[in-house]
Amino acid sequence: MNIMNLLTALPGAVAQGLIWGIMAIGVYITYKLLDLADLTVDGTMCTGGAVCIMMMLKGYPVWLALAVAFLVGMLAGFVTGFLHTFMGIPAILAGILSQLGLYSINLRIMDNKANQAINVDKYDLLVSLRYIKNVPIYQNTILIVAVIIVVLIAILYWFFGTEIGSAIRATGSNPNMSRAQGINTDVTKILGLMLSNGIVAFASGLYAQYQGFADINAGRGAIVIGLAAVIISQVLFGKIQSNFAFKLAFVAFGGVIYYLVLQVVLWLGLNANDLKLVSAAIVAVFLAIPHLNAKRKGGAGNA
Amino acid sequence: MLKLNAIYKTFNAGTVNEKAALNGLDLHLAPGDFVTVIGGNGAGKSTTLNAIAGTWFVDKGSIVIDGKDVTRLAEHKRAAFLGRVFQDPMTGTAASMQIEENLALAARRGQPRGLRAGITAKEREEYQESLKILELGLEERLTTKVGLLSGGQRQALTLLMATLKKPKILLLDEHTAALDPKTAAKVLEATERIVQKDKLTTVMITHNMKDAIAHGNRLIMMHEGRIIYDVKGEEKKGLHVKDLLAKFEEASGSEFANDRMMLN
Repeated sequence: MNIMNLLTALPGAVAQGLIWGIMAIGVYITYKLLDLADLTVDGTMCTGGAVCIMMMLKGYPVWLALAVAFLVGMLAGFVTGFLHTFMGIPAILAGILSQLGLYSINLRIMDNKANQAINVDKYDLLVSLRYIKNVPIYQNTILIVAVIIVVLIAILYWFFGTEIGSAIRATGSNPNMSRAQGINTDVTKILGLMLSNGIVAFASGLYAQYQGFADINAGRGAIVIGLAAVIISQVLFGKIQSNFAFKLAFVAFGGVIYYLVLQVVLWLGLNANDLKLVSAAIVAVFLAIPHLNAKRKGGAGNA
Repeated sequence: MLKLNAIYKTFNAGTVNEKAALNGLDLHLAPGDFVTVIGGNGAGKSTTLNAIAGTWFVDKGSIVIDGKDVTRLAEHKRAAFLGRVFQDPMTGTAASMQIEENLALAARRGQPRGLRAGITAKEREEYQESLKILELGLEERLTTKVGLLSGGQRQALTLLMATLKKPKILLLDEHTAALDPKTAAKVLEATERIVQKDKLTTVMITHNMKDAIAHGNRLIMMHEGRIIYDVKGEEKKGLHVKDLLAKFEEASGSEFANDRMMLN
């Protein structure tokens, strides 16, 4: 166990963590603001990358590829929202249906291949694992993703302060009250799911560029990583009184911590194949803590 | 202002739990009417308010608010005409949002919501003024999360939210029942002040017969989904609790043996 091996791996872990932090902000919107567990993201975390890589391979510029990835993610969120609200399917099941359907769609997008690679030397990528070291500062992936996060948080901070953004937050907080105040909670739920999945697909587009390929399995377990980042941010920073912008920043930071911890346990000798089991176990424990605490205090937990 | 024309509602139709909650209910309210509603459990009091609010659609009959037929209008669209306060203090407010944010949501009831600011500086000043009518000191706590307020404070806030944008009809569903007597009295006083100020057409369900007599210009008693007693004006003012009890026994042919109908 050479400490240098770990240290050289850390910048990459930070970059990946930040990209997953963007994804986690998307999860935060549904899980925390809307109070919905949306499993669509396991599909959209692949879709965004597939769209982005395929468009770039066809010669479209990276900004357009990412914008389209965002829109396609929103479309996936719309389908889940439609199934949930207008078709009356429970949110979890609606997400699973979308996610399953997306698997086929993702393969179609990738020309029926499970993997599509893009060459960092031939294409103008925004982020890449090659842009971590020995590149000019303005090309550095960590910096670029950090700037993207700041811009994203600024936009979300503005949006959730608008009338429609407030209506989305109210829907998550108290749907009955929202309807009594004239809010169409079906519409606000759909909007929230669209925004969330758009952000996740955007993160997916960045992640595929970073890795240098789009992969059909890219989204497997994405919801667990997203939740892990959200939960880490709450455990570490939940006690701090902070406004919405900082809460989102903490969520992104939760993604970074998740990847740093991951890097350390890998360095300590954990088999990479066991990672998903470990992640699932950790998230399960943290999700259970509020419930168990409530039980211990004598009340019924509702976590 | 409000016309309920022979409305029917049956829950769980065709099952063993079938319950005819509303049986051809007729009710007409003039503008400015403040009607109190009493009746035993399962009389259809809350069901009536839910029918007006559009929580679900009625099976038969029509509902007209201020000349507009809303029988088939969705709940969130009908909300434009209605202010509602529920029995459970948790129901009427968004706990994770601030007092001023809750008020701002209520101020936009019945308006399309877009990308304008969810709350403006001018509104904040207005809310500070409007909160004073509650006499609870909430005007000093605009940015407090509503979840941190007591049940009575939340109920009073819900009342203000329901009336911030003058509703065609104010629906109060036992809105003081979950509060301790002192707080309940305060909320009821605030209700009276607000209803008087804006001359609101109001329907208030209560299980307290004294309150039902003391407030409003009209009183109705419900039983098995119908109105069995309807009294207004001077006649109502002269009522006593024992009159109501007698009326109930006469009309329903049964004892008012219901601990929810408190006599104090």
